[in-house]
Amino acid sequence: MVTLKTEPFVINLGPVHPSTHGVFRLRATLDGEVVLDIEPIIGYLHRGIEKIAEGRNYKQDIPLTDRLDYVASMSNNLPYVMAVEKLAEIAVPERAEYLRIIMAEMQRIASHLLAVGSLANDLGTFFTPFQYMFREREKIVDLFEMVCGQRLLYNYMRFGGVSHDIPDEFIPALSKLVSTMPGFIDEYDQLLAENEILLARLKGVGILPKELAINSSVSGPVLRASGVEWDIRKVDSYSVYDRFKFDIPTGVIGDCYDRYRVRIQEMRQSVHILEQAIEQLPAGEVLAKVSPRLKPPGGEAYAHIEAPKGELGFYLVSDNSEKPYRMHIRAPSLINLTALREMVIGWKLADVIVTFGSIDICLGEVDR
Amino acid sequence: MQANVTGFNPTFAYNTLPPDWPGNFWLHWLIFTIILIAFIIATVIMFIWFERRLIGRFQIRLGPNRVGPFGLFQAIADVVKILTKEDIVPQKADKVVFWLAPLVALVPVLMVFAVVPLQSGAILVDLDIGILYVLALSSIVSIGIFMAGWGSNNKYSIIGAMRDVAQLISYEIPLVLSIVGVVLLTGSLSLSEIVRAQNIPFILLQPIGFFVFFIGSLAEINRCPFDLVEAESEIIAGYNIEFSGSKFAAFFLAEYSEAVLLSALTATLFLGGWSGPLLPPFLWLLIKMFAVFALIVWIRSTLPRFRIDQMMAFAWKFLLPLALINLLLTSLQIVFWPEASSWIIVLLSFAIGITLILVWSKSFKPGGNKVGI
Repeated sequence: MVTLKTEPFVINLGPVHPSTHGVFRLRATLDGEVVLDIEPIIGYLHRGIEKIAEGRNYKQDIPLTDRLDYVASMSNNLPYVMAVEKLAEIAVPERAEYLRIIMAEMQRIASHLLAVGSLANDLGTFFTPFQYMFREREKIVDLFEMVCGQRLLYNYMRFGGVSHDIPDEFIPALSKLVSTMPGFIDEYDQLLAENEILLARLKGVGILPKELAINSSVSGPVLRASGVEWDIRKVDSYSVYDRFKFDIPTGVIGDCYDRYRVRIQEMRQSVHILEQAIEQLPAGEVLAKVSPRLKPPGGEAYAHIEAPKGELGFYLVSDNSEKPYRMHIRAPSLINLTALREMVIGWKLADVIVTFGSIDICLGEVDR
Repeated sequence: MQANVTGFNPTFAYNTLPPDWPGNFWLHWLIFTIILIAFIIATVIMFIWFERRLIGRFQIRLGPNRVGPFGLFQAIADVVKILTKEDIVPQKADKVVFWLAPLVALVPVLMVFAVVPLQSGAILVDLDIGILYVLALSSIVSIGIFMAGWGSNNKYSIIGAMRDVAQLISYEIPLVLSIVGVVLLTGSLSLSEIVRAQNIPFILLQPIGFFVFFIGSLAEINRCPFDLVEAESEIIAGYNIEFSGSKFAAFFLAEYSEAVLLSALTATLFLGGWSGPLLPPFLWLLIKMFAVFALIVWIRSTLPRFRIDQMMAFAWKFLLPLALINLLLTSLQIVFWPEASSWIIVLLSFAIGITLILVWSKSFKPGGNKVGI
């Protein structure tokens, strides 16, 4: 009997590929369908945001942060303005703190809806869950449009508050959203998570063990799905999060299904936080008086928040000029991506796509 | 009707014509072929429109509605667009294979329609081995797909082509076995005979057979949840990634003709074909075909895709035993209880079928694990 010589072959997934959520490239070495090795290649969307930020003044850098994780801009504004407030020691009015939290939690729901929808797309459903998730996301985006006139890149937060107070019709619309959203979340969860094919594709696939998750410094839903109860909102509470009651959903084994489930439960918790925030929302100013040509005293500051995709942090160094001396962004997408290789080796090609989708990255943030 | 003529016999085929049909056999052959191809293409265009509108509804949007009334001419606009595109052949492609592949995929599907009865007598050749002919020819499509994958010299294509071959081997056996039940009930392999034998549609007598056949046919036409061959989110378009222009159109036509074919076959084998009250028989066949296709579209717009190993496990461990049990039960009934009233059989087979499928699906796990490297 003649044994034919076989050899693994290399396939390029991306940078132009329907399931890479942008311009991500993955060099995969395959043995038939089985993945022997992968090598992520990034940088196709590099815009040098950290460097550009050094050439503009502090206020001009806010719109830049919108361009990081462009599907969750509100969450990007927040840690940047928090870092600058730490540097310049600016006090934020209470109403503004609440508005920031309302925006951040709405943004979390919007981002998780998108994550779950595109995960379903990666699984091969023909855009139907995606469309339904987008229907709900539209409602949130409409609310954002109401407060800041933008639908994607909001540029809403300022040092010492937010740029505009909310219009009168905002709170009734938000209350309506908050009261209907749990029903939608339950419905979609039921439609997706009771599907045998979806369970077979997600359960046990792409496991990220607890130790590896901690060692590779992943954060956000990916870390919590591996069973680590770590949420910046609780462990290093910022803004007024300590006034709200909410749980930290965690997974058990850290497979794709756990990551999906953590996201679904986090949306429920966000709705819960929004309910409390509407109740507690105080009246008053939304923007403290801050000089437009802000010159923070020399020094450094790091502020981080629990963004939808993980721990988003801004490290700023000031040399007492109008421009930051250095800005570094701790991008959760990039760091979560580092665990991908260990998660997918030995699985099939189709599982790589699903695991990648379940990490939920945004290339704007990875490449910066 | 002459019952014991075997194989292709022009005289026999000629006899199925209405007596006042003009011309000789070859004229009939020519005219009817043109009619058939026109029928296929018209149905394909209707199917494309139907699918896009229906998926639009499933996805809370409208679907195409700009070209013509209700967007009816959208498919025609698409065809014009595809045909006017540049026909690109990759430099490193295996040229001959690349050129032949669309034809090998398209022609067998068109040929199969020769034995599908559109109504009583409206059939090109009433082969009495009709079912075998259908199965043999419809499997050739996979060769065309493999040729496309191999010939285009693209890694995604070859993955898609390999998947198609694995899929063909897996689903074809349960598919064939599920038809055997129908053949046993009829006692004939001719599709017209099968339609005539259905006093009550075989879907009622053969629920398990229908179940297996329908799922197998989804795999045969590479439809969701078995669209691994062209898995958009994984291997982009699989075998047809390098094809453009008229070659792509040929693949597209082949794929949709197969969908038309499988809808027609399902209607013929299990839903009573052209028979039905009041409406003309041809219209009944069309209605049943659209009903089957609506089910296919429904599945496409809601279900995620299987992984290749799960798909094979599903075919071998779930569908094949079901098809075998169905075959056994049907044979037992025919041998030992031939005089049973059909409605008792209907009740019994539904009870057995539903229990079997439920119990089996609870214990069956498609699974698939990490491979140690």
